[in-house]
Amino acid sequence: MDLLQTMNQFLDNPNAFWVLAGTTILGLCSGVLGSFAFLRKRGLMGDVLAHAALPGICLAFLLTGSKNPILFLIGATITGLVASLCIQWITKYSRIKEDTALSIVLSVFFGAGIVLLTFIQHSENGNQSGLDKFLFGQSAAMVRDDLLVMGIVATALIVVCTILFKELKLLCFDIAYGKSIGFPMGKIDFMFMFLLVVAVVIGLQAAGVVLMAALLITPAAAARYWTERLDRMVIISAVLGALSGGLGTFISAIGYRLSTGPLIVLSATTFFLISMLFAPKRGLLARWIRRMRTRRQVVEDQWFENIFTLSERTGCNQWTDKELYAQYPALSKQRKLLSRLVKQGYIIMELQANGEYQISLTQTGWNKAYETILYKRMLEVWMMHENEIDGVVQQYANGMNREIPKEVVPQLQSLLKKHNRMPTLPRLGEEVL
Amino acid sequence: MVDFWIILTGALVAGSCGFIGCFLILRRVAMLGDAISHAILPGIVIAFLISGDRGTLPMLIGAIVFGLICTVLIQSLRQTGVQVDAAISVTFTTLFAIGIILVTLFTRQVDLDLDCVLFGEIAYVPWDTITLFGTDLGPKAVWGIGAAFLFCLIMVTLFYKQLKITSFDPAMAAAIGIPVAAIHYLLMGMISVTTVASFESVGAILVVAMLIVPGATAYLLTDRLSVMLGLATLVGVVSSILGYYLAVLLDANIAGCMTIIAGLLFVMAFLFSPKHGILTRKWIQRRVKASLQS
Repeated sequence: MDLLQTMNQFLDNPNAFWVLAGTTILGLCSGVLGSFAFLRKRGLMGDVLAHAALPGICLAFLLTGSKNPILFLIGATITGLVASLCIQWITKYSRIKEDTALSIVLSVFFGAGIVLLTFIQHSENGNQSGLDKFLFGQSAAMVRDDLLVMGIVATALIVVCTILFKELKLLCFDIAYGKSIGFPMGKIDFMFMFLLVVAVVIGLQAAGVVLMAALLITPAAAARYWTERLDRMVIISAVLGALSGGLGTFISAIGYRLSTGPLIVLSATTFFLISMLFAPKRGLLARWIRRMRTRRQVVEDQWFENIFTLSERTGCNQWTDKELYAQYPALSKQRKLLSRLVKQGYIIMELQANGEYQISLTQTGWNKAYETILYKRMLEVWMMHENEIDGVVQQYANGMNREIPKEVVPQLQSLLKKHNRMPTLPRLGEEVL
Repeated sequence: MVDFWIILTGALVAGSCGFIGCFLILRRVAMLGDAISHAILPGIVIAFLISGDRGTLPMLIGAIVFGLICTVLIQSLRQTGVQVDAAISVTFTTLFAIGIILVTLFTRQVDLDLDCVLFGEIAYVPWDTITLFGTDLGPKAVWGIGAAFLFCLIMVTLFYKQLKITSFDPAMAAAIGIPVAAIHYLLMGMISVTTVASFESVGAILVVAMLIVPGATAYLLTDRLSVMLGLATLVGVVSSILGYYLAVLLDANIAGCMTIIAGLLFVMAFLFSPKHGILTRKWIQRRVKASLQS
């Protein structure tokens, strides 16, 4: 398939362009709100609110008899707010936990919605088609007016979020602190729920119930992998949401007549998986590499420590591999270690006539062993006397930061002497061992 | 007779969902019911595509497989450090989206009504009957759900102690050598079985109501697990009977009405439960205050 040609065809179709714009801005908006919901641990709230919109839509239709999308929005927003209040009441006034409260509200509201829906279907007024479209999402069928409403509301939501950024940040991270400095956290929480409800409700028409839940939480969860800062996370989440919205719509428009909603969800999930695997620092791959490095470091340290204490004890400075393994059986599992150390120029290995290897340290190797043992023993005494010495020992002990701050070194040295833990063999100068 | 079969189906669904749901509530993973009921959709569609008909057994297998896939995915996401609500949302929405795409892709070849999967239509149950050697054995759905109910009942009876300990104190359960993970997956398997056995009649989404609402009602009424299981079943059965008559009265979806009744029963328990109801607690407070003043 010629991609450019399809792109052109796609862009020539004015309605497709509008739909693309609509889903993109929807993704953007739910990405922004979703990151706050994610941090507030309200990830499943989107799902509940989306289900709770059904009775609102049906009631709006029953009461007014018109299919005006704005009336639907209002109805759905009202029931959504009622649903979120119900969740709060149930968790506050009974011993029911939040997850159960969410399930109860979701299913009962949705059940009521279905009853209303069938009630409408069975009643004389047969003009109900389109109500369930509202629920499953029919973005391809959206017209320019729908999109205009959606775009305006979404932009308004983003603006409100930008203005209230500081308050929302407090809401996510430290409600008690917010209260103590005089912010009305209860009102802010309610405001946030309101924003969330509106975002879900405008998204329903494009994405459908389940898919709206995904659009709220998946980009935010993906963005969390990339950064530790809220403002960046919100931006990344918005971008990912917009990309998923756009990509899903585009794929759905170019072929196979697949519905848009599921494709948007799958694009969002793809972004999530990519982030989970490849994000720097928090991604699985980065974490795996870091773990491997630490593991290697620990083994190496252990080896140098062993070799140094062995020399201290025996006064010997050459060993065969058999002797070493006999002394430290655990090392025999680390086959690659010795060849790595040879490559790095820390040790020399010579094959003897009897098939064993003669191992000796080079000058740099010996000094490395000296450094390692000194560092380890300094940490030991530091931990023993932690409350007598300034500074926190923990951050040096986890192996990430191997520099002991200069100001505590003299103190530690004297402690080493006191405990008889000073290395008994000296560091080497220029001459070879 | 039609009434009887519908009520029986509803009661069986509500009963089996009710007592499985108790464990979900106690384990604080109530939303897993919602997640699994959505996530089995691709399993059902794939089973349907392979077997080519609406046989209950292939669908059951497909649903159990995907129910377990869903729980395994959620569990592994949680282990890589994703917070639990996000893990649940991401997993089930993805699986559901895959299911919908499969339905739309193959909907021209097969006759699987998406609305039916999601909402269910218990009203059609009495007409889809099994006949064996020329005798009418009653609706297929009753047999399916009955089997699921029996299966769950046997499993819960057999593993009652293990389920109880792992629900209340997983650390202790692990310490005394109970395979916590295996019990977890057993429970998830039971949920998948119940969900798929029920979805044809009450719909995948309303299974959630039957799973959680009666259990939560029972949770407000008692402090004993065995009593809670019984009460949940009872509440489920009562709501299915009353729900049916409400549906007849309103001429509306039966499963939806059952949910509404279950919700109303929950509200009653929430307000008037002898120990945990808000109004009863208020009343007790007032009485205590009065007795202190006098």
